[in-house]
Parts: sequence; C-alpha cells; structure tokens
Amino acid sequence: MKSLVKTARSISPAGVIRMWYRNWKIFRKVFWFAAAPNFLEPVIYLTALGIGLGLLVQDIEGLSYVQFLAPGLLGSTVMYASSFETTYSSFIRMKYEKTYDAVLATPLSIEDVIAGEILWGATRGYINALTFLGVIAIFGYVDSAAALLLIPLLFVFAALFAIIGMTYTALVSNINLFNYYFTLFITPLFLFSGIFFPISTLPAWAQKLALFTPLYHVVLVCRGLALGRLDQDVFTSIFITVAFTAVLFLVPITIMRNRLIK
Amino acid sequence: MESNTGREKVVVAQDLTKVFDGLTAVKGISFTVERGERVGFLGPNGAGKTTTIRMLYGMSPPTTGSLSVLGLDVRDDIRDIKRRIGVVPQETNLDTDLSVRENLEVYANYFGIPKKPASERIHELLAFMQLEERADTMVDTLSGGMKRRLLLARALLNNPELLILDEPTTGLDPQARHLIWDRLKSLQEQNVTLILTTHYMDEASRLCDRIIIMDEGSIIAEGIPLDLIETHVSSEALEIRVAEGQREALQELLVPKSEYFETQQDTYVFFARAADELMQAVKDAGFEIEYALLRRSTLEDVFLKLTGRRLRD
Repeated sequence: MKSLVKTARSISPAGVIRMWYRNWKIFRKVFWFAAAPNFLEPVIYLTALGIGLGLLVQDIEGLSYVQFLAPGLLGSTVMYASSFETTYSSFIRMKYEKTYDAVLATPLSIEDVIAGEILWGATRGYINALTFLGVIAIFGYVDSAAALLLIPLLFVFAALFAIIGMTYTALVSNINLFNYYFTLFITPLFLFSGIFFPISTLPAWAQKLALFTPLYHVVLVCRGLALGRLDQDVFTSIFITVAFTAVLFLVPITIMRNRLIK
Repeated sequence: MESNTGREKVVVAQDLTKVFDGLTAVKGISFTVERGERVGFLGPNGAGKTTTIRMLYGMSPPTTGSLSVLGLDVRDDIRDIKRRIGVVPQETNLDTDLSVRENLEVYANYFGIPKKPASERIHELLAFMQLEERADTMVDTLSGGMKRRLLLARALLNNPELLILDEPTTGLDPQARHLIWDRLKSLQEQNVTLILTTHYMDEASRLCDRIIIMDEGSIIAEGIPLDLIETHVSSEALEIRVAEGQREALQELLVPKSEYFETQQDTYVFFARAADELMQAVKDAGFEIEYALLRRSTLEDVFLKLTGRRLRD
C-alpha cells in the first residue's frame, strides 16, 4: 500500500504525456507497414463468421448472427490491440531496445515511463476499437444512441487490458513467456466471453468463471450499448470495469519500479 | 558547497554503499568531484564503477551513505538533478525507427524543451558532432562511431552541467575515438564537468584530470595520472628479456635498483626514476639481451599492479 502511494506521488502528468508522445510519433511514422493490418482483422472476422457462418446459425436472442457478433468483436478488438502493445511491444522496448534506460536518464521517472506506456497501450486499443465501431455503425450493426457512451468507455476498456498486459510484462523475464499469456489467457477470453455465442450455453461453473474475467464484462457492455439493451447487468459491468481499471492502474507501475530501479 | 580549492563541488559521496540481493557491489566509498573537473573511474569488470555511476542519476538508489549531485540529494531531488545532467550510456539505446534528427527531437521533448529552441540546439549539436549530413538518416543504418556521436549529442541537448559517460569509446575505431575525445575536451573548455568510466588507460590519461581506481566495490587509489604513476610504480620502465640461465642474476642485479618490478612470462619489467641507468647496468654486467625496451610508465602499469592480472569474468 505504501509503495502504491509512492507510485502515485512519483507520476508527473507532463512526464506521462512525453512518454506517450514518443510512442505516438513512432506509430505515425511506421503506421502503414506496421499498424494498418490490425484494423482489418476484426473486419475479416466479421465477414467470415458473421456473413459466412451466419447463414448456418439461427437467430440468437432475437438477433441475426452478424448483429450478435459485431458488437462482441468490438470487445476483442480493444483487448488484442492493447494487450499486444503492453506485452510484446513494451517488453521489446524495455529489454532489447533499452528505451526505458534512455528515458530514465532524462527528468522522467520510472512511474512516468510505465504510466505513459499504459496510456499508449490504451490509445492503441482505443484507435482500433473506434475505427471498428465506425465500421459496424456504417454497416448498420449499431442501433442505439446509447452507443455514444462507448466512446469514453472503450478507452477505459483499452486501459484495463493495457494494465493487465503490463502487469504480466513486469513479472516475466523472457519474451517467450508471452506465448503463455496469449494462449492460456487471451485466447480463452476471446472464445468464451460471449463474443461468438452466449455464455448461457456453457455449463454453470464456466458461466460463473466468466463473471471473473474482464472480457466478459467488456463484451456485455459493448453489446448492451450498441443495441440499446440497457439492463441492470450492463451498468454493473460498467461499474466493475471502471473500478478495476482505476484500482489496478498503479500495480504494474509499482512492480516495474521495483524491477528496474535497484 | 565550496571545497578548499574554492571550486564548487558537483558530486559529494560519503560512505556510499550499494547492496543487491545480499551482494555488496559498492562498499562505503567517499569521493568528491569539483566543477569543471574530468574524473575517470577505472576498475576491472565487477569493480562497482557502473553501479556508482548509476547511483548518480537515480537508476540505483544508494543502500546507505549520502550522495549529492549539484547540491541536491539523489534520494529526494532526482528529477531536478536529471534536468541538469547528461548521460551517455554504455549500450546504444537510440530509437531505431527514427532518423538522427527525430531521435534528438523526441529526447528534447523529455526535457520539455520547446520546439523552436530545441530545433536550434539540435542544429548546433549536429554540427558539433559532425552529423549534419546524416540528420535525416535512419539510426539503424549508422556506423557504431556515428551512433556514439549521436548518443553524445543527445546527452548534450539540455546543456548539462555534468556529463556522465559509461565507457564512451568502447568498440570504436581510432578515428571515431579521437573525434569523441576532441569533443569532450572542448566541453571541458565550456566548464562542463565530466565523469567517465573506461577500460582504456590511454583514454583515462588523455581525458582525465583525476583517476579513481576501484576494485571489488572499494576505491583503492585516487589521484592525478602522473602522481599515481610516480607513487605506485615509478616514472620509467625497462622491459627486458635475457638468456634463460641469466634470469636470476638479472633479478639480483636490478631489484635493488628498482622501485618495483613485475614478471610477465619470461620478460621482466623494472620500474625506476631513470630506467636508462638500469639498462646501462645490464649492459655493463655483460648480460645476453634478447629483448629490451625503455619506456615511460603508464597508467596501465599502475592498474595492473593494483588490481592484479587475475581475470574477473
């Protein structure tokens, strides 16, 4: 607890923005050959599964399959882009490119650097998600003004996955260990969080487990707001995701400080 | 803070200790560096030089003891300290996706230098480090020497009062080393204080007003290069090899006349104020000389005497 307070005190907003700006500058420069393909991925899923597989699938909860799927994929878009950024990309900057060492010789603190990395990871997820939201809105898969609430919330969701990814990054010493993160954590979340089928089809224990995973709540909110189905669960999930994002934010920063400054 | 020479103290370390996971890397060292001085830390690998340097810019908080830089405490005011110092790292850590100029722009932004003064400063530094023609080149296509020059330019963006360099010329060709040395000399004329670590004794003798030799976490000698040579060996050296049967006799003849001697396989090195007199004595005694060299003693002789020849890693 004391260490988290120290973390909060050592963050300077200007420093965080400067670290973020570094990544933004490089992103703009390498966009066309490094980042652009990411935008296409959810569109490919939507086309293949929504339209192809959708022909074989009956309506779910009164929705055509593609209507059901589209807002769900918004959740996974947020998750993947943010997660890659604060795992592989951050690890490469820390361990191979020694970017953190370079920045730490300037007035930025380690807390500024890691907070800036998280903010950047969130931005990456957010950029992709907003783009995808625009795409599905154009195709008519968003039919509620409540979807406007997604504009701020998608950023929070992106930050949540950036924070979880950075926490894992702070704990591992070898880049190959990210395979475990993606295979044992991200991929199961992708498949069992209600994106492709309602989790009510899963056994009771699996449904309970889903309640404790982040993507389940994110997908529930995305779908609820995009389709204007605003029940109690949507608001509970909004509260849970926002609260966890706020509470967990300082954790990876603190672990990173203890790892790098010694 | 003023010292007895009247110059401001830029670094004051007192009983500085650093323990990593139960291993003591720095064992209670004390030293000071005055403004405008050029101080070199020498020592075998694992001596504690890099740890000491890292403590200066907050990468490694001291375990015990006190350390102030530019009159500020490293534990409390590290952000203010880092605003006023420059660091040239041992490992290249440039942004490989950016050009030379963009690297400097991004770095200037960390210091909060506004765009216009930053671009003027970058222009100046590119000229100073002879990188103007490379300004728009991507960093990953630069040679090792150019990368090091860029690292030095980067460290100078904020007009630092103190410049810290960790092995600034390791791995560079002679031309690149000389250019770096030359630039560092002109920085001293601007009264920038330099602290560097190096494995090259010629670099230390050329660049440093004062040398601090560390071994196993402690300072084992400190002084201006010539004094260290005078004190620990002697100003001149005679390297000599004689016919196999005569070696003991040679030792008997020269040891009393020398201040210090060493053997390197079959060759002896005798140190004395006037090594030519030793040479004359050897000739007069009629030894069969296979090899002989009269030379000035160097910092390397001092270093090897003090830290031994045992490999450290």
